[in-house]
Amino acid sequence: MTAYVLRRTGGALLVLLLLSVTVYALFYVAPGDPAKLACGPRCNAEQIAQVREQLRLGEPLPLQYLHFLQGLVAGRDYSTGTGVLHCPAPCFGLSYQNDQPVAQLLASRLPVTASLAVGAMVLWLLLGVGTGLLAALRRGGATERVLTVLTLTGTATPVFITGLLLLMIFCATLQWLPFPTYVPLTEDPEQWAWNLLLPWTTLALLESAKYARLTRSATLETLAEDHIRTFRAYGLRERRIVGRHALRGALPPVVALNAVDLGTMFGGAMLTESLFGLPGIGRLTVESVRTVDLPVVVGAVLGVGAAVVLAGAVADVLYALADRRVTLP
Amino acid sequence: MTAPLTRAPATAEATADPLVELSDLTVTFPATGGAGAVRAVDGLSLTLRPGGALGIVGESGSGKSTVAATLLDLHRGTGARTEGGVRVAGTDVLAASEAELRALRGATAAMIFQDPLSSLDPYHSLGDQIAEVHRVHRPGVSRRAARARAVEVLDRVGIPDAARRARSRPHEFSGGMRQRALIAMALACEPRLIIADEPTTALDVTVQAQILDLLHTLRTETGTGLLLVTHDLGVVAGSVDEVLVMRGGRAVEHGPVAEVLGAPREPYTRELLAAVPRIGTARENPPHAGAEHTGEGRADGPARPAATVTVTDRTPDPAPDGADVAAPLLEVHGLRREFGRRGPLGTALGADRTVAVDGVSLTVAAGETLGLVGESGSGKTTLGRMLVRLLDPTDGTLRYRGRDLSALGERALRPLRSELQMVFQDPVSSLNPRRTIGESIADPLRATGGLDDATVVRRARELLDRVGLDPAWYHRYPHEFSGGQRQRVGIARALAPGPRLLVCDEPVSALDVTTQAQVMELLAELRRDLGLSVVLIAHDLAVVRAAGDRVAVMRAGRIVEEGPVDTVYDHPRHPYTQGLLAAVPVLDPREAAERRALRARA
Repeated sequence: MTAYVLRRTGGALLVLLLLSVTVYALFYVAPGDPAKLACGPRCNAEQIAQVREQLRLGEPLPLQYLHFLQGLVAGRDYSTGTGVLHCPAPCFGLSYQNDQPVAQLLASRLPVTASLAVGAMVLWLLLGVGTGLLAALRRGGATERVLTVLTLTGTATPVFITGLLLLMIFCATLQWLPFPTYVPLTEDPEQWAWNLLLPWTTLALLESAKYARLTRSATLETLAEDHIRTFRAYGLRERRIVGRHALRGALPPVVALNAVDLGTMFGGAMLTESLFGLPGIGRLTVESVRTVDLPVVVGAVLGVGAAVVLAGAVADVLYALADRRVTLP
Repeated sequence: MTAPLTRAPATAEATADPLVELSDLTVTFPATGGAGAVRAVDGLSLTLRPGGALGIVGESGSGKSTVAATLLDLHRGTGARTEGGVRVAGTDVLAASEAELRALRGATAAMIFQDPLSSLDPYHSLGDQIAEVHRVHRPGVSRRAARARAVEVLDRVGIPDAARRARSRPHEFSGGMRQRALIAMALACEPRLIIADEPTTALDVTVQAQILDLLHTLRTETGTGLLLVTHDLGVVAGSVDEVLVMRGGRAVEHGPVAEVLGAPREPYTRELLAAVPRIGTARENPPHAGAEHTGEGRADGPARPAATVTVTDRTPDPAPDGADVAAPLLEVHGLRREFGRRGPLGTALGADRTVAVDGVSLTVAAGETLGLVGESGSGKTTLGRMLVRLLDPTDGTLRYRGRDLSALGERALRPLRSELQMVFQDPVSSLNPRRTIGESIADPLRATGGLDDATVVRRARELLDRVGLDPAWYHRYPHEFSGGQRQRVGIARALAPGPRLLVCDEPVSALDVTTQAQVMELLAELRRDLGLSVVLIAHDLAVVRAAGDRVAVMRAGRIVEEGPVDTVYDHPRHPYTQGLLAAVPVLDPREAAERRALRARA
């Protein structure tokens, strides 16, 4: 297990390194002068030159990249002319917009994205796995049909339509729910949940059909296995067979897929966050792209990459824990 | 055919209500896909007295497993139509409510299935699974008491250190131990009837003997009735009082085991018996099983008149039993194969290696058949694959006609590949289901290159004819064939490139006895006509006795004994060989009982 984790971590670092090269190159090689962007639209030539000096943009690109890596590991100091701005490790650079260290920016947005992702996950698991189970066991029943249509429609409809519809119905017309604003969990858990309910539902609808299908096929597959026949032949009730034996067998793939999805979600659900005005990582990324705030974009992409790679590894470990016949290589 | 269905045993129990009573049972499976409705059981009647043991014997498709499942009405809800009378321990099974049926299942009549690995839940510990079944039928029992009961029955079936092992999951057990665990589950609620559906088919012969002995002991000690379903006549001989031979859903013959096996009245029973390879008799040409009587045989047919086909451009080695025999075709020395992970930089540190073949040396002469026997895990398949270089040896030399193959790279080896061919065990999974059988046979011909397409197709058709199949079936797909026919296709494919050496890995273990006999006959004939050398890998000792010249007995990656077939079988020197031979089921019930007594004393 330890060896596996070590090897997997090494692999993950390699992936992230490659990703960082790609992203770094992509943005800094792209047309447009970073110094001009960093300085702002009202800068004169002299100020731009000064910024170029501060950011060491005059150096050859490989050297710039090395400094970037160095900053990631050890932190970095930027001289502002009047003083020194310290950017602690991991340093992705300073935002062009407000000179804040990117890592700090990302960290401030993380609770929002985490709240959104984890809550939505609970909902999509309930909805998806529930629908899948019903579809496997009571095929053609009224509840199953309604749920299947609901999940499929949720997946087929773009988030901004589902979200807007929900907003219109529950906030504008019925006025059951407040228009979502983010309230930190530590401040008021109840308001936190009420405000996030619609974003959660929107995301859950988007993801649930996938889980419904996966659960359905995995459950049907397990139900056809010999050991289910054994327990039928030993007089177990169908409910118990499904709950204890069939569902257990269907679970590992669901767990594995879920870990990956959650990892991706930590990169921010851009549309959902933007739609509901939630200040999460996704929204930060969108804004940064719009304002060409390159360090933030690079930092966000690497952050998402790290989350996905980590989720993949977690999925593997969870799979091995869920199915003891699997040994990690 | 009307067999006497109830023989009145002269015991007091005969007057009691029968434990199992089937009258005029018919089971019909609904039409699926292209196939019409199938009548799997057709007007079967039988009775089993309390504490009695009945064996149901038949080939695949005879309906024997369907009968076993009907006793617990496992077909309920599947769309199968079950008609007739089914009474088990006084319960009218077909009319029983769901609750009554659940009470019957496991508590009154418990079933043991063929494949103990897939028949147990991989996610829960064995103890939990047994405890769960126990608690279903004894609702008042606490979780703790049920666990204790699980440990008790696991101990009862001979699982060492049962309290600890009860916490293990099925995959942590060997095949034999799993089957013991399944029997333990059956015992958990002290049933009056145990239904065993092919309980030992997936097991090695020594383990099979242990399981059959265990069932026998349990039966004599607890007075449980036994219904044993099997395709293996040797299995019923020592385990039951009465035998019912089934074919096409009907009873062919029914009577005391000694009579049915000793003096069968029906031709079909005689045919089944004749097809069973004997371990006790010296080698002879296998009897020609009357193929026209079997469902398999109708399509499979006796070998067609052998068209004289030159399968290869090269003529077979002249006089394979002449002077050439002395020069070995294949000679291996110190062959070794390890699997698993090496430690960093090739060190042993942190390495997790399994030695599958551990220094094997042997020779195969031209035109000779070498049998390779051993239990599962003994390394015989790994060895067989190395002989044709499907696997690279970790160490050792492999000389083929004087050339050292173990040192050759894949490119240098390619011209020799066609001379070393393999026939695989499972004719279903070793043929590509999406290619016609003709294409499958043509593939290796195309791979040799230099043949135009018309020649390739002509050759493939000749090969079909050669293995006793209709050349017109070139365009058919594997699923359209029976197991025996598919294995013939596998053989034709192996013959296509014109091999000198054929490694057959369990070529008949997936087949019924009558089909087995036909395929073995084909192999013998091919060997004779083409002067092939054959390495015959089999766990079935009798198959090797009938077909082999020499035999090598493998255990834990090593050859423990080697010699001419008759010498090894009649005068085994190594204790392991002696144990293997003693465990082989015999067809004579009296001898089976004697052997069991011997084993019990040992």
